[in-house]
Amino acid sequence: MTTLFSPALAARFDKLVTLYPVRRSALVPMLLYAQDEVGYLSDDVVAEIAERIGATELEVRNVISYYSMLTTKPRGKYNVQVCTNISCMVRGGEEILHHCAKKLGIGNKDTTPDGLFSLEEVECIGACSWAPAAQVNYDFHENLTTEKMDGILEGYKKKGTQ
Amino acid sequence: MAELVSHPDEVKVVSRRFGQGATDIDRYLALDGYKAVQKALAMEPDAIINEVKNSGLRGRGGAGFSTGMKWSFVPKQSAKPKYVLCNGDESEPGTCKDRLIFEHDPHSVIEGVMIAGLSIGAKSGYVYIRGEYRYLSNIMQKAIKDAYAKGFLGKNIFGSGRDFDVHWHGGAGAYEVGEESALMESLEGKRGVPRIKPPFPAVVGLWGGPTVINNAETLASVPHIILGGGEWFAKLGTPKNGGTRLFCLSGNIAKPGVYELPMGYNLKKMIYDVGGGIPNGRTLKAVVPGGSSCPCLTADEIDVAMDFDSVAKAGSMLGSGGVVVIDDAQCIVKFALRTMKFYQHESCGWCIPCREGTDWLKKTLIRFHAGGGLKKDIDNMQYLSENMLGRTFCPLGDAAAMPTIAFVKKFRKEFEDHLEGRPCPYEERGAVEQLPVMAH
Ligand SMILES: Cc1cc2nc3c(=O)[nH]c(=O)nc-3n(C[C@H](O)[C@H](O)[C@H](O)COP(=O)(O)O)c2cc1C
Ligand code: SF4
Ligand code: FES
Repeated sequence: MTTLFSPALAARFDKLVTLYPVRRSALVPMLLYAQDEVGYLSDDVVAEIAERIGATELEVRNVISYYSMLTTKPRGKYNVQVCTNISCMVRGGEEILHHCAKKLGIGNKDTTPDGLFSLEEVECIGACSWAPAAQVNYDFHENLTTEKMDGILEGYKKKGTQ
Repeated sequence: MAELVSHPDEVKVVSRRFGQGATDIDRYLALDGYKAVQKALAMEPDAIINEVKNSGLRGRGGAGFSTGMKWSFVPKQSAKPKYVLCNGDESEPGTCKDRLIFEHDPHSVIEGVMIAGLSIGAKSGYVYIRGEYRYLSNIMQKAIKDAYAKGFLGKNIFGSGRDFDVHWHGGAGAYEVGEESALMESLEGKRGVPRIKPPFPAVVGLWGGPTVINNAETLASVPHIILGGGEWFAKLGTPKNGGTRLFCLSGNIAKPGVYELPMGYNLKKMIYDVGGGIPNGRTLKAVVPGGSSCPCLTADEIDVAMDFDSVAKAGSMLGSGGVVVIDDAQCIVKFALRTMKFYQHESCGWCIPCREGTDWLKKTLIRFHAGGGLKKDIDNMQYLSENMLGRTFCPLGDAAAMPTIAFVKKFRKEFEDHLEGRPCPYEERGAVEQLPVMAH
């Protein structure tokens, strides 16, 4: 079969499905791993995962739409996710979000034209005692100030354009 | 990654290996690791359950149910395999403690899952970690691999003739998945919508088999109970509230952080001594004592012992241990709005009172905060919230209603201050321009 999976991803998938009495159980973590590799859950990725897991595409899409981290649209290379939930809000989480929006020139759930950054307002990411906090892809950034956020965005920009 | 803090009043049980390099299995072994499970292997299942019952350990995930009791509900005989499920979905706003356990002491969770499994006659367990915690999933996967390599997991564990498997599982972002039956749906590869109860998971759980589900901190406490004895653990806390607990101090507090304090520690002391009080010359307005779903306590209601029963008596809940401190510069209407926005976003939409109620409350609060509040809205919000209580399939509906009722009742004047075109009196920093309302 033609595949969009790298050998490493395929191996991970083959291992994962053996850990449950039912193949389908591997679906949620597998969708996230596939998304990390491909960038988003394109039609072809959905079709391949449905086939590998033994479910219909509709069943897979039903699951995708439930989980906030899963997306069927491309995002920026660096997805900047700013928490504005209560612990972050009272310590300036919204200011961080607005600062990022201004700095990147995009709104919530938008992507910069060069495809480098996207921005997302997110719910609590489990960093409440180190608020305000954000995640860029999977990396946590905590005890943020607007100045600190500038440095963080600069760093990713450098990393992404070199 | 996350900074560690300390305070002399801390009693380190679950956190005793934090910062000690215990993610390394040999280091964990040197710090008494995997001794408890070997002790448990030599015990009768009922003796394990009794020890946990005697410890007074109550679930750290929120509801505070007796852990030993929960384990005892699992039928002895079962045609289907039994399972242990560790709930590491940690998504209740204000809560960031399981993260530290996974980061610093992942083997203690594995050991807790194994001991729970031995007590109910399960042969395998799963550790479910929220998708955002990718670096913790990596730590946990390595810990599991190392435990297999040493022969602590798999066939014939510790030469006992018994088998036990532990696997990792990951989520992909959904608060509702933290609800126990929704977690099982998610682990079965479905949308994280809860199941109708009864039957309870102890009887019909994962893939239809009897299942014990516990929070990560609950399970990480278990090895310490087996080694130190239930009585020792019980004595650390207050009657019927055994042990210590990881309290996550956050919000407008001078020294935020995760502190392990005895059950029953005084909240006022927690805020002013442990947390260093309210910074920036501000004063305390309110505290959410156990994560966003718990009714707030006002500044004159905080002389309370932080155990499940005392906080309940004070009209709130100990919940998940997330203590969110609110100073007098914060607008309660806005705080209530942000809380409701969260529950509206996370409602799975199955029941009408939760789906429609959270949406209506959110919209009303948005209008209110923007200065368009009507006097009747205040009573309506309270009435609607009260009518959501107990009328939903899972407790998320209650989790949205309970804090709202407390905000409206305890801070009615603040709501009145927003009536009829009056701008929010707290937006002195200059109102930040509105981004589009979060898509859902
Ligand atoms: C909407 C909702 C979200 C929940 N989220 C979590 C969670 O993230 N982590 C957790 O341990 N328990 C969570 N719970 C509680 C679980 O349903 C369950 O009671 C708990 O995991 C049992 O473990 P314990 O007895 O050790 O506390 C949640 C409950 C509800 C209703
Ligand atoms: S209370 Fe809310 S989250 Fe829970 S089942 Fe009903 S709609 Fe879903
Ligand atoms: S509220 Fe922002 S990380 Fe928890």
